[in-house]
Amino acid sequence: MTTKSMSNLNQNHNYPGKLIIAEGIDGSGKTTQMILLQKWLLAQGRRVFFTEWNSSPLVKKATKEGKKTDTLTPTTFSLLHATDFADRLNYQIVPPLKAGMIVIADRYAYTAFGRDTVRGVHPLWVRMLYQFAIKPDGAFYFKVPIEVSLERLLSVRMQLKYYEAGMDLRLSKDVVESFRLFQSRILQEYDRIVEEFGLKVIDGTKTIQEQQNEVREITSQLLEKKNGRL
Amino acid sequence: MVGYNLVERPKKYFGLGLPNVDLNQLKGKLITIEGTDGVGRSTQIQLLKEWLEIQGFAVMETGWTRSKLVGKTIGDAKEGHWLNPLTYTLLYTTDFADRLENEIVPALRAGYVVLADRYIFTVFARTKVRNVDPQWIRDLFGFALVPDLVFYLKIDFNTLTRRVLDSNRMDYWEAGMDLNPGLDIYDSFKKYQTQLLREFDQLAKEFNFLVIDGRKSISRIQNEIRTRIIENLFTKEPVTWTEVVLHELEERK
Repeated sequence: MTTKSMSNLNQNHNYPGKLIIAEGIDGSGKTTQMILLQKWLLAQGRRVFFTEWNSSPLVKKATKEGKKTDTLTPTTFSLLHATDFADRLNYQIVPPLKAGMIVIADRYAYTAFGRDTVRGVHPLWVRMLYQFAIKPDGAFYFKVPIEVSLERLLSVRMQLKYYEAGMDLRLSKDVVESFRLFQSRILQEYDRIVEEFGLKVIDGTKTIQEQQNEVREITSQLLEKKNGRL
Repeated sequence: MVGYNLVERPKKYFGLGLPNVDLNQLKGKLITIEGTDGVGRSTQIQLLKEWLEIQGFAVMETGWTRSKLVGKTIGDAKEGHWLNPLTYTLLYTTDFADRLENEIVPALRAGYVVLADRYIFTVFARTKVRNVDPQWIRDLFGFALVPDLVFYLKIDFNTLTRRVLDSNRMDYWEAGMDLNPGLDIYDSFKKYQTQLLREFDQLAKEFNFLVIDGRKSISRIQNEIRTRIIENLFTKEPVTWTEVVLHELEERK
């Protein structure tokens, strides 16, 4: 088994629409950037569909229950997110792409490659699990140091979320320290993923506007080209 | 004589395995019973449980879609017919993983005999018929433990039909209606279950199932299962009281 041959993430799709995705740790600013991108595309009269990680109604109850009862394991955590992803692929991603729309995904399969690997599942297994995913036309990675993301998260809300901080891994009893340890490991995984799948790195420490200009520039290149990709 | 002991044989995974589990600690035995609907799996498991307990073994049962995590989600989703082959597969995988890690592995660690009513092979068969890539399914279930014994209660299509119609009515999923939207329930059932039986025959070869003729009487099937368990999983000589006492004394030292 090799990672490359297993994944459709290296194979172009043939739908008329375009799929743009954003990756980055919590607090990297990717959601802000994608919302601004959506605004701009809509203002140009394009049809855009926005989809978020872990948002399908199919597994919502199960995920909530598993988190509440603390019975999720690295494997079931990974599988529930893959089920969510498969459901959204089926109902939210592929249909708009077939209809020629632009789909923006806030997090994609790469999120699982990073997080689930850090939680302990085999890196090959999680790549194989997402074999059914389609390759994005444009993939952005918003790269920020831990301290920047922490500062952003703590300034908008007082508390870090349990799973966001990787508290389930028992790395530290202190939530901030656990976040630092967990997210640093994810950053390392992202560096590997960027190389493996050719994500476009955006410096997340720049101003929101600077980053957005870069994102728009790249996106318009992508949209101009027929069948073009980043 | 007191009874038999279980033979010691190391456990294996089908593939990449589970994180955080030491296989050497899993001293119990995993016995699985496969077979289509109406073949009498649960009756056999009840009888087997009774017998094993009399032999002095602690027994735990587990079965498909009984997980605390997604058992209900699967039920609801089936009701609403929202599933496609992919989400169907992944939910079943999640159900299995939850039971494996939270029920089966702890029980095996505690030395239980675990009786599984259906195992991953059911998913292999059902998804193959739904055109899901069989290699992907095998890789996906690479975290599953290889059972110590796999029994397959085999029946032919006509027997199966009679039993299903005798006991209840054909239901949507059992008839594979999601696959054959144009057909009436009987025709769909026939097509689907025939395909499943064919897949199980293939799997029986691939994974060395112990095939038992499911048309035999309940007690004959049960006897065959017990014989196979004694042959394969029990120590050759029954344990005597003397040995138990000596072992006890050894422990106290």
